Amino acid sequence: MSILALGMEGGGEGYTPPGVGIFWEPLIGHDATAITRPVFLAVLSVILIAWFLLATTKKRAIVPSKGQMATEGVYGLVRNGIAKDLIGSHEFMRFVPLLFTMFMLILVNNLFGVLPFTNYPTMSRIGFPLALALIIWIIFHVVGMQKHGFFGYWKSLVPAGLPKGMIPAIFILELITDLFTRPVTLGLRLFGNMFAGHILMALFIAGGWYMLQSGGVLIVAGGVTWIFAFVMTLFEMLVEFLQAYVFTLLAALYIAGAVADSH
Amino acid sequence: MHVLIIPASGGEGEGTGFWATAAPIIPHPIEFFFSLVTFAILYWIVKTKVVPRLEQIYAERAAAIEGGIAKAEKAQAEAKAALDHYNAQLADARGEANKIREDARAQGAQIVADMRAQAQSEAARIVDSAQKQIEAERQQAVVSLRGEVGRLSTDLASRIVGESLHDETRQKGIVERFLADLEAGEITPVTIGKDA
Repeated sequence: MSILALGMEGGGEGYTPPGVGIFWEPLIGHDATAITRPVFLAVLSVILIAWFLLATTKKRAIVPSKGQMATEGVYGLVRNGIAKDLIGSHEFMRFVPLLFTMFMLILVNNLFGVLPFTNYPTMSRIGFPLALALIIWIIFHVVGMQKHGFFGYWKSLVPAGLPKGMIPAIFILELITDLFTRPVTLGLRLFGNMFAGHILMALFIAGGWYMLQSGGVLIVAGGVTWIFAFVMTLFEMLVEFLQAYVFTLLAALYIAGAVADSH
Repeated sequence: MHVLIIPASGGEGEGTGFWATAAPIIPHPIEFFFSLVTFAILYWIVKTKVVPRLEQIYAERAAAIEGGIAKAEKAQAEAKAALDHYNAQLADARGEANKIREDARAQGAQIVADMRAQAQSEAARIVDSAQKQIEAERQQAVVSLRGEVGRLSTDLASRIVGESLHDETRQKGIVERFLADLEAGEITPVTIGKDA
């Protein structure tokens, strides 16, 4: 709605493409303390996910219903395909709730981006993916230090068997990776994909609408743009799933690295 | 992409001010906070309810499948035992039938042999008694003939010669001599010689 308004904003005089402003939708309050639209969506996602997961696992049938089969399918993907394969069958089980929660939360909030009525990818606001990346960052440090001890963890960053002269350089590189690169890229990757995807779709839809309104030859161009918007929506769904998967996969990889016997 | 668009966005939207135009990588505090809160709530639900339920389903299903396999294996073993039992029984029955057949054959052969022996002895006995009877009858015929022939001869001779030859001693001597001659083949009367 706001996107179309934005596209029309220029009236007949010119076209203003959708920008960062389309992401700012405060619903209650204002400025830094505003309850924004993505906050509502995040709460809604938790309600939906919790309801779905609890409803489909209520019966605990050995021969599952369709809903239970869907839940089991996603759970199996995270449990066996990500956690067990990466962390190993010895320790993976205690990280399964974390990874499963991450995957479900990110997946549903991403899919909100193309879902009618929600129509907003929560993760396109940096605050959300950043918080999740921070949780992962804290957890893989804590479990690493539990495993190797405080000093042992930092020591384990440097691979064994390096020539003595290279140890300081490698340690600094690994430290930057461990403390900075990993959490930042984890958060920014998700944010960037959702932000860019949403703005791209906004551009296609609003631009197409503007051209359809303009009349003349532009109507054809507008129609073609909307067809592209449809294709982009399908593509966006793929990206939304993939980003949820990649985030969970990398989280499991970082945890696996921290609890591994040697780096 | 978004970097190019940022300056283009005019400040017109749902609202104005810092947050409407701020660089998108500046986290909004309330959003950041709610990300943590929603994650925590969902994590708690998943950890305490959803994952235990799903793990229970996994375990139950694995147990059901393993139980089914064990049951099938047991049934198979039972079937095999029954088959072995039946095969053994069949072999026993077959052996017994063979034994009975052998016995019957032997018994039959024995009976045949017995019967044959019995028949042979019977036949021998019959032949023997017949021979004995024949011998006795012949002896009797010889004795009776001897007496008869003697008397007839004497009668005949006395008629021919006209003298009584009924003298005991003479009669005896003549007849005996005659008969001895007869046996020696010196006299060969056709009818009597043939019978002898």
